[in-house]
Amino acid sequence: MTEAVKTLKVTIDNITIDVPAGTTVLQAARMIGGDVVPPAMCYYSKLQGSGGKCRTCLVEVSKGSEADPRPMPKLVASCRTGVMDGMEVKNMTSNRVGDARNGVVEFLLLNHPLDCPVCDQAGECHLQDLGYEHGKQGTRYEFKRRTFEKHDLGPYIQLHMTRCILCYRCVFTADQLTEKRVHGILSRGDHAEIATYIEKSLDNNFIGNVIDVCPVGALTDKTFRFKNRVWFTKPVLAHRNCSCCSGKVTLWQRGEEVLRVTARKDQWGEVEEWICNECRFEKKKTSDWIIEGAAPVNRHSVISQGHYEHTIKPAETFSAVMDGRNPQLLMDIHTVSEVNDPAIDLSQVNGPATSALYAKTDKKH
Amino acid sequence: MSKKLLLEKAHIEGIRHFDVYRREGGYAAVEKALKMEPGGIVEEVKKSGLRGRGGAGFPSGMKWSFLAKPEGVPRYLVCNADESEPGTFKDRYLMEFLPHLLIEGLIVSSFALGSNRTYIYIRGEYAWIVGILEQAIAEAKQQGFLGKNILGSGFDCEIYVQRGAGAYICGEETALIESLEGKRGNPRIKPPFPAIKGLWDCPTVVNNVETLAAVVPIMNMGGEEYAKIGIGRSTGTKLISACGNINKPGVYEIDMTISVEEFIYSDEYCGGIPNGKKLKACIPGGSSVPILPANLLLKTAKGETRYMNYESLADGGFATGSMMGSGGFIVLDEDQCIVKNTLTLARFYRHESCGQCSPCREGTGWMEKILHKIDAGKGEMSDIDLLWDIQRKIEGNTICPLGDAAAWPVAAAIRHFRDEFEWHINNPELCLTKNYGLAHYADEIHVPA
Amino acid sequence: MIKFSEDKLKEVQAMIDRYPEGKQKSALIPLLHLAQDEFGGWLSPETMDYVASLLHIEPIEVYEVATFYSMYNLKPVGKHVFEVCHTGPCMLRGSDDIISYIRQKLDINVGETTADGMFTLKTVECLGACGYAPMMQLGMHYKEHLTPEKVDAIINACRNN
Repeated sequence: MTEAVKTLKVTIDNITIDVPAGTTVLQAARMIGGDVVPPAMCYYSKLQGSGGKCRTCLVEVSKGSEADPRPMPKLVASCRTGVMDGMEVKNMTSNRVGDARNGVVEFLLLNHPLDCPVCDQAGECHLQDLGYEHGKQGTRYEFKRRTFEKHDLGPYIQLHMTRCILCYRCVFTADQLTEKRVHGILSRGDHAEIATYIEKSLDNNFIGNVIDVCPVGALTDKTFRFKNRVWFTKPVLAHRNCSCCSGKVTLWQRGEEVLRVTARKDQWGEVEEWICNECRFEKKKTSDWIIEGAAPVNRHSVISQGHYEHTIKPAETFSAVMDGRNPQLLMDIHTVSEVNDPAIDLSQVNGPATSALYAKTDKKH
Repeated sequence: MSKKLLLEKAHIEGIRHFDVYRREGGYAAVEKALKMEPGGIVEEVKKSGLRGRGGAGFPSGMKWSFLAKPEGVPRYLVCNADESEPGTFKDRYLMEFLPHLLIEGLIVSSFALGSNRTYIYIRGEYAWIVGILEQAIAEAKQQGFLGKNILGSGFDCEIYVQRGAGAYICGEETALIESLEGKRGNPRIKPPFPAIKGLWDCPTVVNNVETLAAVVPIMNMGGEEYAKIGIGRSTGTKLISACGNINKPGVYEIDMTISVEEFIYSDEYCGGIPNGKKLKACIPGGSSVPILPANLLLKTAKGETRYMNYESLADGGFATGSMMGSGGFIVLDEDQCIVKNTLTLARFYRHESCGQCSPCREGTGWMEKILHKIDAGKGEMSDIDLLWDIQRKIEGNTICPLGDAAAWPVAAAIRHFRDEFEWHINNPELCLTKNYGLAHYADEIHVPA
Repeated sequence: MIKFSEDKLKEVQAMIDRYPEGKQKSALIPLLHLAQDEFGGWLSPETMDYVASLLHIEPIEVYEVATFYSMYNLKPVGKHVFEVCHTGPCMLRGSDDIISYIRQKLDINVGETTADGMFTLKTVECLGACGYAPMMQLGMHYKEHLTPEKVDAIINACRNN
């Protein structure tokens, strides 16, 4: 007889799902997908010990469990809270969560330089996404923003400490992927920073992965620095025979030129398989790689705004969250506007969507 | 006069030394405890109603009963002597003058919990107390009260003193454990709680100095007798460290039945306010707890006398009450400026934030900057509401209670002294040379909506 | 190259022995105190690397800890360090005046060291001596109930020491 895996029932924003014991609230929400998934800036499922710090994934537990139905008094970090049988969680349906999350986003952006126009992470930055969804248009902070002494981390990795949100992911990455960590979090409080203390370059063969795990533009690829904007580059899946890693990567091309190599990421922006420095930094010719085809783009930031093939839309959960009700349509924008014609699937458009494209189609209504 | 259970013998010549302490009846609790079942001692502590004296006031016996006891895994008792809450200096007094009382409490508690290796984590600045404690440990060991097979009971126990190095956050029990492991004092994300996974991932109990010392009288007199002292759920005695604008600052042991008014004005305790000044406000339980204006301090919003115990100090919730906290009793006279006082506390919490989670790391510094601006006569009316909104977004949303501790003083200052903040903003030049004074707080009850 | 004396190395071993086997990293904080006292009152990168080697941990683990705690000096300091508390309870009893007095008396600002390398003035947050305010820490000990006269006496005592 095989041992039955214990499953637990959890309801998130009115959607109920069965999950294996040991699942966190965030993981359960990701199983449901769509808007019920809380944003996560520090949690990273592949890095042991990560999570709990940024507080963006706070949710309200309105019922603790079947056995103890009392609600939890404080909002909890969904990434580090285990599902209990019968638990009921509110994310997008909780005003308290919305309010707290807006606060967290404001805190994260408080000392952020907002230098997106010159930041290589722009377009695939989780803090940008978060800012669009929960941020205010202006800042209430009127003081000088925090700055740090600049540190050089060597030939591969560019550090911009002012953009860092102290998620600790890069520290966990170095601990868990390399045999010897040389960078860490120094100082404390609002002066805490990522550094090596005495100037050392990060040169372990897998250290380049800190670039991929960084949710913001604090750690970027020096070999891609100011080369191009990510939304002008085209992601292509490719692989090569590599002696030290899987060799499975995403190439970011402009024309035939390879501008950047990254690990492949899943729909939560997490690396699927770690890659080595050689694949990432040294193989910048198309001929180095066996091309598999266009990479799917499924995050809802700038880079997925329709310029790519294979755009994957997140699951639509609105009706389920609203208990079967659908929003009342006040006005169909397409009756008065030509742009964004729903008949055109932007993901099927090769290259940028321009007005010329819309001019070719007739108005539907 | 209050009954003294802890400090009764503090003034006896030579009480720091084993022979004098022993002659005065010391270590009887160890002799008694070692003849009992460990579970029986936990029961006595439960019956005593003892509540954690570090600040949170969680029932100690219950905390002890949560300790996991997996087979073959060591368990640890850690004494939290990282006393750092502004206004609080009671543990220092106890360790400095009665080191053997703490060691005795630690031996009994270690036996009850099954800890063969017990650590005292003391704040780094109390450097000279380390020597006092280590000497007491050496004496106790020489007399057979520590080490292998204590008094022939078969129980082994060693106590070690670990010095911190300057970090308020290490008073939070999981940060303390991290620090004891030789790491940065970043609080852990809970669960798991230390009772399941604490020091080196083993089940651990972390208790405050005063809590562990109180185990001695509980052992000697029995939990039920101990519970008869005090009132309601505020059983036993509590050490209060009184400071600020009072005639007799110092550490007092009270039985939690006296009124706040008596505590401030009686010659037995604080001895009133110097130079005939009037009482303006008080932070009754360490800097984190809400500040109360004089009227709400001496009487509750219902007009009843307020007493020095957990329930009475908390009467009215945060709207009109405060907390017993750590027992750090800070008195402000009519010449003190609430804005300046709040600013120094905000600066303290910014300085002590570990920086791990964003609301505390960013919010504490922001509040300090705004308070600095108001204190310097550059504030704007909107700053008050902004401060309120920032503290509201920190409170409850952080990994550890430091976020709450930073938010509450700001919230309470605005809640009760909004007029004074507004006066600062309306009088940008005057506020640099003159204080707002008492205003109406001393004579009328002012309950915000 | 810096190195502890044989006696100090015995002290180091005694520190490590307080913890179960394999948990020697726990000795880091007391060991850094010892190293700071031994090697010039501050922790140079060389000192920290030496401590790391004694505990068989990576240097970055030492830097992370040394920069977290406020009692470790990461830059050289004067022979006598005045650490004056200025948190709430001390402020209520006049710590600001004491700080100004010391600044004027030593002709230095907070965070600075006198030209002769004798004195460093620092402000610190609550040291748990609120009932004996205003106060400061001087080495291993607290100087409490400070007045200008007491500050003068302390400065003289340091100079004559």
